[in-house]
Amino acid sequence: MAVEGNLVEMGALIGAGLACTGMGGAAIGVGHVVGNYLSGALRNPAAAGGQTATMFIGIAFSEALGIFSFLVALLLMYAK
Amino acid sequence: MASETTGEVVHHVASYEGMPQLEFSAFPNQIFWMVVALLAIYFIIARVALPRIASVLQERHNVISDYLSQAEDFKSQAQEAEAAYETALAEARAEAQRIAAETKAEIQKDLDKAIAKADAEIAAKSAESEKAIAEISANALENVKEVATSTAGEILTALLPAAADDAAVAAAVAKRMKG
Amino acid sequence: MASGAEEVSAFNIHPMDQFVVKPLFGAGHTDINDVMKDLAWYTPTNVTLWLGIAVACIALLFVMGTRGRAVVPSRTQSVAEMIYTFVRNMIVDITGEEGLKFFPYIMTLFMFILFANVLGLLPYSFTVTSHIAVTGVLAIAVFLSVTILGFVRNGGKFLKIFWITEAPLALRPILAIIEIISYFVRPVSHSIRLGGNMMAGHAVVKVFAGFAGALGVGAVAPIVAIMAVYGLEMLVVVIQAYVFTILTCVYLNDALHPGH
Repeated sequence: MAVEGNLVEMGALIGAGLACTGMGGAAIGVGHVVGNYLSGALRNPAAAGGQTATMFIGIAFSEALGIFSFLVALLLMYAK
Repeated sequence: MASETTGEVVHHVASYEGMPQLEFSAFPNQIFWMVVALLAIYFIIARVALPRIASVLQERHNVISDYLSQAEDFKSQAQEAEAAYETALAEARAEAQRIAAETKAEIQKDLDKAIAKADAEIAAKSAESEKAIAEISANALENVKEVATSTAGEILTALLPAAADDAAVAAAVAKRMKG
Repeated sequence: MASGAEEVSAFNIHPMDQFVVKPLFGAGHTDINDVMKDLAWYTPTNVTLWLGIAVACIALLFVMGTRGRAVVPSRTQSVAEMIYTFVRNMIVDITGEEGLKFFPYIMTLFMFILFANVLGLLPYSFTVTSHIAVTGVLAIAVFLSVTILGFVRNGGKFLKIFWITEAPLALRPILAIIEIISYFVRPVSHSIRLGGNMMAGHAVVKVFAGFAGALGVGAVAPIVAIMAVYGLEMLVVVIQAYVFTILTCVYLNDALHPGH
Protein backbone atom coordinates (compact mmCIF):
# COMPACT_ATOMS: atom_id res chain seq x y z
CA MET A 1 0.00 0.00 0.00
CA ALA A 2 1.53 3.18 -1.15
CA VAL A 3 1.51 6.04 1.28
CA GLU A 4 1.01 9.39 -0.35
CA GLY A 5 0.96 12.85 1.11
CA ASN A 6 3.06 15.58 2.53
CA LEU A 7 5.68 14.41 5.00
CA VAL A 8 5.95 17.85 6.60
CA GLU A 9 2.25 17.92 7.20
CA MET A 10 2.32 14.49 8.80
CA GLY A 11 5.10 15.59 11.10
CA ALA A 12 3.16 18.72 12.00
CA LEU A 13 0.06 16.74 12.90
CA ILE A 14 2.02 14.23 14.98
CA GLY A 15 3.73 17.12 16.70
CA ALA A 16 0.37 18.72 17.39
CA GLY A 17 -0.84 15.55 19.02
CA LEU A 18 2.29 15.32 21.12
CA ALA A 19 1.99 18.97 22.12
CA CYS A 20 -1.48 18.27 23.48
CA THR A 21 0.03 15.97 26.13
CA GLY A 22 1.31 19.14 27.75
CA MET A 23 -2.23 20.02 28.67
CA GLY A 24 -2.31 16.97 30.91
CA GLY A 25 0.46 18.55 32.94
CA ALA A 26 -1.59 21.71 33.31
CA ALA A 27 -4.56 19.61 34.40
CA ILE A 28 -2.44 17.96 37.10
CA GLY A 29 -1.15 21.36 38.18
CA VAL A 30 -4.61 22.90 38.43
CA GLY A 31 -5.87 19.87 40.33
CA HIS A 32 -2.95 20.18 42.70
CA VAL A 33 -3.63 23.85 43.37
CA VAL A 34 -7.34 23.38 44.00
CA GLY A 35 -6.88 20.19 46.01
CA ASN A 36 -4.35 21.77 48.30
CA TYR A 37 -6.53 24.83 48.65
CA LEU A 38 -9.46 22.63 49.59
CA SER A 39 -7.53 20.57 52.13
CA GLY A 40 -6.20 23.75 53.69
CA ALA A 41 -9.67 25.27 53.66
CA LEU A 42 -11.16 22.28 55.42
CA ARG A 43 -8.52 22.48 58.11
CA ASN A 44 -9.04 26.16 58.68
CA PRO A 45 -12.31 27.30 57.10
CA ALA A 46 -12.04 30.74 58.67
CA ALA A 47 -8.99 31.61 56.58
CA ALA A 48 -10.32 30.11 53.35
CA GLY A 49 -12.28 33.11 52.15
CA GLY A 50 -9.28 35.41 52.02
CA GLN A 51 -7.24 33.00 49.94
CA THR A 52 -9.70 32.40 47.10
CA ALA A 53 -8.10 35.11 44.99
CA THR A 54 -4.68 33.58 45.56
CA MET A 55 -6.05 30.22 44.46
CA PHE A 56 -7.37 31.72 41.26
CA ILE A 57 -4.03 33.35 40.55
CA GLY A 58 -2.36 29.97 41.05
CA ILE A 59 -4.88 28.32 38.76
CA ALA A 60 -4.28 30.99 36.14
CA PHE A 61 -0.51 30.54 36.23
CA SER A 62 -0.58 26.77 35.93
CA GLU A 63 -3.38 26.80 33.39
CA ALA A 64 -1.51 29.26 31.17
CA LEU A 65 1.15 26.64 30.50
CA GLY A 66 -1.47 24.16 29.32
CA ILE A 67 -2.87 26.84 27.07
CA PHE A 68 0.63 27.38 25.67
CA SER A 69 0.87 23.73 24.67
CA PHE A 70 -2.57 23.89 23.15
CA LEU A 71 -1.45 26.94 21.23
CA VAL A 72 1.60 25.09 19.96
CA ALA A 73 -0.69 22.34 18.74
CA LEU A 74 -2.93 24.83 16.98
CA LEU A 75 0.05 26.56 15.38
CA LEU A 76 1.35 23.24 14.11
CA MET A 77 -2.02 22.34 12.67
CA TYR A 78 -3.12 25.61 11.18
CA ALA A 79 -0.29 28.08 10.84
CA LYS A 80 1.55 27.90 7.58
CA MET B 1 -21.82 14.08 -0.61
CA ALA B 2 -21.19 16.20 -3.64
CA SER B 3 -18.79 15.22 -6.38
CA GLU B 4 -15.12 15.80 -5.91
CA THR B 5 -14.99 19.07 -7.78
CA THR B 6 -17.91 20.66 -5.92
CA GLY B 7 -16.47 19.32 -2.66
CA GLU B 8 -13.27 21.08 -3.52
CA VAL B 9 -15.14 24.31 -4.14
CA VAL B 10 -17.26 24.00 -0.98
CA HIS B 11 -14.17 23.37 1.04
CA HIS B 12 -12.46 26.45 -0.28
CA VAL B 13 -15.46 28.66 0.27
CA ALA B 14 -16.58 27.38 3.68
CA SER B 15 -13.41 26.63 5.57
CA TYR B 16 -10.62 28.92 6.59
CA GLU B 17 -7.19 27.46 6.13
CA GLY B 18 -4.86 28.42 8.94
CA MET B 19 -5.58 30.52 11.99
CA PRO B 20 -7.57 33.71 11.57
CA GLN B 21 -5.81 34.93 14.71
CA LEU B 22 -2.50 35.08 12.84
CA GLU B 23 -3.80 37.06 9.87
CA PHE B 24 -1.83 40.20 10.55
CA SER B 25 -3.57 42.23 7.86
CA ALA B 26 -6.69 42.28 10.04
CA PHE B 27 -4.88 43.54 13.14
CA PRO B 28 -5.21 47.30 12.56
CA ASN B 29 -8.94 46.93 12.05
CA GLN B 30 -9.43 44.92 15.25
CA ILE B 31 -7.19 47.17 17.31
CA PHE B 32 -8.88 50.31 16.05
CA TRP B 33 -12.38 49.11 16.86
CA MET B 34 -11.26 47.73 20.20
CA VAL B 35 -9.77 51.06 21.21
CA VAL B 36 -13.01 52.77 20.19
CA ALA B 37 -15.03 50.30 22.27
CA LEU B 38 -12.68 50.64 25.25
CA LEU B 39 -13.00 54.41 25.17
CA ALA B 40 -16.78 54.14 25.01
CA ILE B 41 -16.84 51.71 27.95
CA TYR B 42 -14.41 53.91 29.86
CA PHE B 43 -16.67 56.91 29.44
CA ILE B 44 -19.76 54.95 30.41
CA ILE B 45 -18.05 53.60 33.50
CA ALA B 46 -15.93 56.51 34.66
CA ARG B 47 -18.35 59.32 33.85
CA VAL B 48 -21.72 57.71 34.57
CA ALA B 49 -21.68 54.36 36.28
CA LEU B 50 -19.07 54.69 39.01
CA PRO B 51 -20.11 58.09 40.42
CA ARG B 52 -23.75 57.07 40.29
CA ILE B 53 -23.27 53.72 41.99
CA ALA B 54 -20.91 55.27 44.53
CA SER B 55 -23.51 57.94 45.37
CA VAL B 56 -26.25 55.29 45.61
CA LEU B 57 -24.14 53.15 47.93
CA GLN B 58 -23.23 56.22 50.00
CA GLU B 59 -26.88 57.22 50.22
CA ARG B 60 -27.87 53.71 51.25
CA HIS B 61 -25.14 53.76 53.86
CA ASN B 62 -26.45 57.09 55.15
CA VAL B 63 -30.05 55.88 55.21
CA ILE B 64 -29.09 52.75 57.07
CA SER B 65 -26.99 54.63 59.60
CA ASP B 66 -29.85 57.14 59.99
CA TYR B 67 -32.23 54.33 60.74
CA LEU B 68 -29.72 52.81 63.09
CA SER B 69 -29.27 56.06 64.99
CA GLN B 70 -33.04 56.47 65.09
CA ALA B 71 -33.33 53.01 66.52
CA GLU B 72 -30.64 53.96 69.02
CA ASP B 73 -32.69 57.05 69.95
CA PHE B 74 -35.82 54.99 70.37
CA LYS B 75 -33.93 52.54 72.49
CA SER B 76 -32.59 55.26 74.78
CA GLN B 77 -36.08 56.77 74.98
CA ALA B 78 -37.45 53.42 75.99
CA GLN B 79 -34.72 53.13 78.57
CA GLU B 80 -35.55 56.60 79.92
CA ALA B 81 -39.23 55.69 80.12
CA GLU B 82 -38.35 52.54 81.92
CA ALA B 83 -36.18 54.45 84.38
CA ALA B 84 -39.00 56.97 84.97
CA TYR B 85 -41.41 54.12 85.52
CA GLU B 86 -38.99 52.55 87.98
CA THR B 87 -38.63 55.78 90.00
CA ALA B 88 -42.39 56.33 89.99
CA LEU B 89 -42.86 52.82 91.19
CA ALA B 90 -40.28 53.28 93.94
CA GLU B 91 -41.92 56.56 95.04
CA ALA B 92 -45.33 54.96 95.10
CA ARG B 93 -43.98 52.11 97.12
CA ALA B 94 -42.35 54.48 99.60
CA GLU B 95 -45.59 56.48 99.88
CA ALA B 96 -47.54 53.34 100.49
CA GLN B 97 -45.11 52.29 103.18
CA ARG B 98 -45.31 55.70 104.82
CA ILE B 99 -49.09 55.62 104.84
CA ALA B 100 -49.10 52.12 106.21
CA ALA B 101 -46.67 53.13 108.96
CA GLU B 102 -48.75 56.18 109.84
CA THR B 103 -51.91 54.19 110.01
CA LYS B 104 -50.19 51.61 112.07
CA ALA B 105 -48.88 54.25 114.44
CA GLU B 106 -52.34 55.81 114.81
CA ILE B 107 -53.91 52.48 115.44
CA GLN B 108 -51.18 51.71 117.94
CA LYS B 109 -51.86 54.97 119.68
CA ASP B 110 -55.57 54.28 119.90
CA LEU B 111 -54.84 50.81 121.04
CA ASP B 112 -52.42 52.04 123.69
CA LYS B 113 -55.00 54.52 124.89
CA ALA B 114 -57.67 51.88 125.05
CA ILE B 115 -55.33 49.50 126.86
CA ALA B 116 -54.34 52.16 129.34
CA LYS B 117 -57.98 52.97 129.97
CA ALA B 118 -58.82 49.33 130.37
CA ASP B 119 -55.85 48.91 132.70
CA ALA B 120 -57.01 51.83 134.80
CA GLU B 121 -60.51 50.49 134.98
CA ILE B 122 -59.23 47.10 135.88
CA ALA B 123 -57.02 48.59 138.57
CA ALA B 124 -59.95 50.59 140.00
CA LYS B 125 -62.18 47.58 139.96
CA SER B 126 -59.59 45.37 141.62
CA ALA B 127 -58.88 48.03 144.27
CA GLU B 128 -62.58 48.21 145.00
CA SER B 129 -62.82 44.46 145.18
CA GLU B 130 -59.81 44.29 147.46
CA LYS B 131 -61.39 46.83 149.70
CA ALA B 132 -64.60 44.84 149.74
CA ILE B 133 -62.68 41.67 150.47
CA ALA B 134 -60.76 43.38 153.26
CA GLU B 135 -64.02 44.67 154.76
CA ILE B 136 -65.56 41.26 154.42
CA SER B 137 -62.56 39.58 156.05
CA ALA B 138 -62.49 42.24 158.83
CA ASN B 139 -66.20 41.67 159.44
CA ALA B 140 -65.58 37.96 159.46
CA LEU B 141 -62.78 38.37 162.00
CA GLU B 142 -65.01 40.54 164.15
CA ASN B 143 -67.77 37.96 163.97
CA VAL B 144 -65.32 35.19 164.81
CA LYS B 145 -64.14 37.19 167.81
CA GLU B 146 -67.63 37.82 168.93
CA VAL B 147 -68.59 34.20 168.47
CA ALA B 148 -65.46 33.02 170.22
CA THR B 149 -65.95 35.44 173.10
CA SER B 150 -69.57 34.53 173.57
CA THR B 151 -68.87 30.84 173.14
CA ALA B 152 -65.99 31.02 175.59
CA GLY B 153 -68.18 33.02 178.05
CA GLU B 154 -70.98 30.52 177.76
CA ILE B 155 -68.61 27.58 178.28
CA LEU B 156 -67.03 29.29 181.27
CA THR B 157 -70.37 30.15 182.81
CA ALA B 158 -71.44 26.58 182.39
CA LEU B 159 -68.25 25.05 183.85
CA LEU B 160 -67.16 27.64 186.36
CA PRO B 161 -69.84 30.18 187.03
CA ALA B 162 -67.72 31.68 189.74
CA ALA B 163 -64.93 32.61 187.50
CA ALA B 164 -67.08 34.01 184.87
CA ASP B 165 -65.77 37.38 183.92
CA ASP B 166 -66.64 38.86 180.60
CA ALA B 167 -63.65 41.18 180.32
CA ALA B 168 -61.15 38.47 181.07
CA VAL B 169 -62.70 36.18 178.48
CA ALA B 170 -62.53 38.86 175.87
CA ALA B 171 -58.89 39.54 176.64
CA ALA B 172 -58.05 35.84 176.48
CA VAL B 173 -59.82 35.45 173.15
CA ALA B 174 -58.00 38.43 171.76
CA LYS B 175 -54.73 37.04 173.04
CA ARG B 176 -55.33 33.63 171.51
CA MET B 177 -56.44 35.09 168.21
CA LYS B 178 -53.29 37.12 167.93
CA GLY B 179 -51.16 34.11 168.71
CA MET C 1 -2.99 22.20 4.96
CA ALA C 2 -4.53 19.27 3.16
CA SER C 3 -7.33 20.05 0.82
CA GLY C 4 -9.52 17.59 -0.98
CA ALA C 5 -12.78 15.78 -1.00
CA GLU C 6 -12.02 13.25 1.74
CA GLU C 7 -11.48 15.86 4.36
CA VAL C 8 -14.78 17.48 3.56
CA SER C 9 -16.74 14.27 3.42
CA ALA C 10 -15.49 12.61 6.61
CA PHE C 11 -16.24 15.21 9.23
CA ASN C 12 -17.32 18.62 8.14
CA ILE C 13 -15.50 20.36 10.95
CA HIS C 14 -14.16 23.86 10.55
CA PRO C 15 -13.42 24.99 14.09
CA MET C 16 -11.52 28.06 12.96
CA ASP C 17 -14.20 29.55 10.73
CA GLN C 18 -15.93 31.22 13.61
CA PHE C 19 -12.89 33.41 14.25
CA VAL C 20 -12.76 34.93 10.78
CA VAL C 21 -13.10 38.69 10.71
CA LYS C 22 -15.57 39.66 7.98
CA PRO C 23 -16.73 43.03 6.76
CA LEU C 24 -20.30 43.73 7.73
CA PHE C 25 -21.32 45.27 4.41
CA GLY C 26 -20.53 44.11 0.90
CA ALA C 27 -19.29 40.53 0.77
CA GLY C 28 -16.73 41.15 -1.95
CA HIS C 29 -14.96 37.81 -1.68
CA THR C 30 -16.29 34.38 -2.38
CA ASP C 31 -13.24 32.68 -0.88
CA ILE C 32 -13.19 32.95 2.88
CA ASN C 33 -9.40 32.92 2.87
CA ASP C 34 -9.26 36.29 1.14
CA VAL C 35 -11.75 38.03 3.37
CA MET C 36 -9.27 39.12 5.99
CA LYS C 37 -6.50 40.03 3.56
CA ASP C 38 -7.50 43.52 2.57
CA LEU C 39 -9.40 44.95 5.50
CA ALA C 40 -8.92 48.65 5.95
CA TRP C 41 -8.46 49.79 9.55
CA TYR C 42 -11.82 51.59 9.53
CA THR C 43 -13.95 48.89 7.85
CA PRO C 44 -16.92 47.98 10.05
CA THR C 45 -16.58 44.25 10.62
CA ASN C 46 -18.16 41.62 12.85
CA VAL C 47 -15.61 42.76 15.43
CA THR C 48 -17.27 46.16 15.33
CA LEU C 49 -20.71 44.60 15.60
CA TRP C 50 -19.96 42.49 18.64
CA LEU C 51 -17.95 45.20 20.34
CA GLY C 52 -20.92 47.50 19.76
CA ILE C 53 -23.26 44.93 21.30
CA ALA C 54 -20.94 44.61 24.29
CA VAL C 55 -20.85 48.39 24.74
CA ALA C 56 -24.64 48.51 24.42
CA CYS C 57 -25.03 45.80 27.06
CA ILE C 58 -22.69 47.61 29.43
CA ALA C 59 -24.59 50.84 28.84
CA LEU C 60 -27.86 49.02 29.46
CA LEU C 61 -26.58 47.54 32.69
CA PHE C 62 -24.84 50.60 34.07
CA VAL C 63 -26.78 53.52 32.65
CA MET C 64 -30.33 52.24 32.27
CA GLY C 65 -30.06 49.77 35.14
CA THR C 66 -28.95 52.36 37.68
CA ARG C 67 -31.20 55.12 36.37
CA GLY C 68 -33.54 54.82 39.33
CA ARG C 69 -30.73 55.46 41.85
CA ALA C 70 -32.99 53.61 44.25
CA VAL C 71 -32.01 53.05 47.85
CA VAL C 72 -33.75 49.69 47.57
CA PRO C 73 -32.31 48.57 44.22
CA SER C 74 -34.05 46.96 41.29
CA ARG C 75 -32.66 43.68 39.97
CA THR C 76 -30.48 45.27 37.29
CA GLN C 77 -29.24 47.90 39.68
CA SER C 78 -28.27 45.32 42.26
CA VAL C 79 -26.33 43.40 39.60
CA ALA C 80 -24.47 46.60 38.71
CA GLU C 81 -23.81 47.27 42.39
CA MET C 82 -22.60 43.71 42.91
CA ILE C 83 -20.09 44.05 40.07
CA TYR C 84 -19.00 47.41 41.47
CA THR C 85 -18.38 46.07 44.97
CA PHE C 86 -16.77 42.90 43.58
CA VAL C 87 -14.17 44.79 41.54
CA ARG C 88 -13.65 47.36 44.26
CA ASN C 89 -13.02 44.70 46.91
CA MET C 90 -10.67 42.91 44.54
CA ILE C 91 -8.58 46.07 44.09
CA VAL C 92 -8.59 46.91 47.79
CA ASP C 93 -7.67 43.35 48.78
CA ILE C 94 -4.70 43.17 46.43
CA THR C 95 -3.32 46.69 46.07
CA GLY C 96 -4.78 48.40 49.13
CA GLU C 97 -6.59 51.73 49.15
CA GLU C 98 -3.97 53.31 46.88
CA GLY C 99 -5.10 51.19 43.98
CA LEU C 100 -8.56 52.76 44.01
CA LYS C 101 -7.20 55.60 41.83
CA PHE C 102 -7.13 53.05 39.01
CA PHE C 103 -10.60 51.72 39.75
CA PRO C 104 -12.20 53.10 36.53
CA TYR C 105 -9.49 51.59 34.33
CA ILE C 106 -9.65 48.18 35.95
CA MET C 107 -13.42 48.24 35.91
CA THR C 108 -13.35 49.11 32.20
CA LEU C 109 -11.00 46.21 31.55
CA PHE C 110 -13.12 43.79 33.55
CA MET C 111 -16.41 44.80 31.96
CA PHE C 112 -14.95 44.74 28.46
CA ILE C 113 -13.48 41.26 28.85
CA LEU C 114 -16.48 39.88 30.72
CA PHE C 115 -19.01 41.04 28.16
CA ALA C 116 -16.89 40.16 25.13
CA ASN C 117 -16.38 36.66 26.56
CA VAL C 118 -19.98 36.02 27.53
CA LEU C 119 -21.42 37.40 24.30
CA GLY C 120 -19.01 35.16 22.41
CA LEU C 121 -20.81 32.14 23.80
CA LEU C 122 -24.00 32.99 21.91
CA PRO C 123 -24.47 30.77 18.87
CA TYR C 124 -23.31 32.43 15.61
CA SER C 125 -21.62 35.17 17.58
CA PHE C 126 -18.05 36.34 17.25
CA THR C 127 -15.66 36.25 20.20
CA VAL C 128 -13.61 39.42 20.15
CA THR C 129 -11.32 38.26 22.95
CA SER C 130 -10.32 35.10 21.09
CA HIS C 131 -8.04 37.21 18.92
CA ILE C 132 -4.44 37.74 19.91
CA ALA C 133 -4.64 41.20 18.38
CA VAL C 134 -7.20 42.23 21.00
CA THR C 135 -5.84 40.47 24.06
CA GLY C 136 -2.28 41.33 23.08
CA VAL C 137 -3.06 45.03 22.93
CA LEU C 138 -4.82 44.81 26.30
CA ALA C 139 -1.91 42.94 27.87
CA ILE C 140 0.72 45.24 26.39
CA ALA C 141 -1.26 48.27 27.52
CA VAL C 142 -1.38 46.85 31.06
CA PHE C 143 2.31 45.94 30.95
CA LEU C 144 3.47 49.32 29.67
CA SER C 145 1.27 51.37 31.96
CA VAL C 146 2.26 49.33 35.01
CA THR C 147 5.96 49.57 34.16
CA ILE C 148 5.78 53.31 33.52
CA LEU C 149 3.73 53.80 36.67
CA GLY C 150 6.28 51.83 38.66
CA PHE C 151 9.17 53.95 37.46
CA VAL C 152 7.28 57.23 37.86
CA ARG C 153 6.18 56.45 41.41
CA ASN C 154 9.28 54.70 42.70
CA GLY C 155 12.07 55.76 40.36
CA GLY C 156 15.02 53.39 40.48
CA LYS C 157 13.57 51.61 43.50
CA PHE C 158 11.16 49.91 41.15
CA LEU C 159 14.03 47.65 40.06
CA LYS C 160 13.96 46.13 43.53
CA ILE C 161 11.27 43.74 42.35
CA PHE C 162 14.04 41.93 40.45
CA TRP C 163 16.47 41.90 43.39
CA ILE C 164 15.01 39.64 46.04
CA THR C 165 16.62 40.58 49.34
CA GLU C 166 15.09 37.65 51.20
CA ALA C 167 17.21 35.21 49.18
CA PRO C 168 20.86 34.41 49.95
CA LEU C 169 23.28 36.77 48.24
CA ALA C 170 24.76 34.09 45.98
CA LEU C 171 21.36 33.20 44.59
CA ARG C 172 20.23 36.74 43.95
CA PRO C 173 21.76 37.26 40.47
CA ILE C 174 20.26 34.00 39.25
CA LEU C 175 16.90 34.91 40.74
CA ALA C 176 17.19 38.35 39.18
CA ILE C 177 17.61 36.80 35.74
CA ILE C 178 14.58 34.56 36.34
CA GLU C 179 12.56 37.50 37.63
CA ILE C 180 13.47 39.66 34.64
CA ILE C 181 12.50 36.92 32.21
CA SER C 182 9.24 36.28 34.02
CA TYR C 183 8.55 40.02 34.08
CA PHE C 184 8.88 40.29 30.31
CA VAL C 185 6.90 37.10 29.74
CA ARG C 186 4.01 38.68 31.63
CA PRO C 187 2.29 40.34 28.65
CA VAL C 188 2.71 37.18 26.59
CA SER C 189 1.16 34.85 29.15
CA HIS C 190 -1.39 37.47 30.14
CA SER C 191 -2.71 37.81 26.59
CA ILE C 192 -2.36 34.21 25.44
CA ARG C 193 -4.10 32.91 28.58
CA LEU C 194 -7.22 34.86 27.73
CA GLY C 195 -7.09 34.47 23.95
CA GLY C 196 -6.11 30.81 24.09
CA ASN C 197 -8.84 29.93 26.56
CA MET C 198 -11.47 31.61 24.45
CA MET C 199 -10.19 30.06 21.24
CA ALA C 200 -9.84 26.59 22.76
CA GLY C 201 -13.28 26.53 24.33
CA HIS C 202 -15.08 27.72 21.24
CA ALA C 203 -13.11 25.41 18.96
CA VAL C 204 -13.97 22.44 21.19
CA VAL C 205 -17.66 23.29 21.06
CA LYS C 206 -17.39 23.59 17.28
CA VAL C 207 -15.60 20.23 16.97
CA PHE C 208 -18.32 18.48 18.95
CA ALA C 209 -20.93 20.23 16.83
CA GLY C 210 -19.17 18.81 13.76
CA PHE C 211 -19.41 15.31 15.26
CA ALA C 212 -23.10 15.85 15.88
CA GLY C 213 -23.61 16.85 12.27
CA ALA C 214 -21.86 13.74 10.99
CA LEU C 215 -23.44 11.17 13.28
CA GLY C 216 -27.13 11.57 12.47
CA VAL C 217 -29.21 9.81 15.15
CA GLY C 218 -26.11 9.03 17.19
CA ALA C 219 -25.69 12.79 17.61
CA VAL C 220 -27.19 12.58 21.10
CA ALA C 221 -23.78 11.82 22.61
CA PRO C 222 -21.96 14.82 21.10
CA ILE C 223 -24.92 17.06 21.92
CA VAL C 224 -24.72 16.04 25.59
CA ALA C 225 -20.99 16.64 25.39
CA ILE C 226 -21.62 20.10 23.91
CA MET C 227 -23.94 20.89 26.79
CA ALA C 228 -21.28 19.85 29.30
CA VAL C 229 -18.54 21.79 27.52
CA TYR C 230 -20.84 24.78 27.21
CA GLY C 231 -21.45 24.74 30.95
CA LEU C 232 -17.72 24.56 31.54
CA GLU C 233 -17.21 27.41 29.08
CA MET C 234 -19.71 29.60 30.95
CA LEU C 235 -17.54 29.10 34.00
CA VAL C 236 -14.29 29.60 32.08
CA VAL C 237 -15.27 32.88 30.41
CA VAL C 238 -16.18 34.47 33.73
CA ILE C 239 -13.11 33.09 35.48
CA GLN C 240 -10.84 34.28 32.67
CA ALA C 241 -12.27 37.79 32.94
CA TYR C 242 -11.70 37.60 36.69
CA VAL C 243 -8.18 36.21 36.27
CA PHE C 244 -7.18 38.86 33.73
CA THR C 245 -8.41 41.57 36.08
CA ILE C 246 -6.87 40.09 39.20
CA LEU C 247 -3.51 39.67 37.48
CA THR C 248 -3.73 43.30 36.40
CA CYS C 249 -4.24 44.14 40.07
CA VAL C 250 -1.25 41.99 41.04
CA TYR C 251 0.97 43.77 38.50
CA LEU C 252 -0.37 47.10 39.67
CA ASN C 253 0.49 46.13 43.23
CA ASP C 254 4.06 45.43 42.10
CA ALA C 255 4.22 48.92 40.65
CA LEU C 256 2.74 50.56 43.75
CA HIS C 257 4.68 48.57 46.36
CA PRO C 258 7.83 47.17 44.69
CA GLY C 259 9.37 46.04 47.99
CA HIS C 260 6.54 43.50 48.42
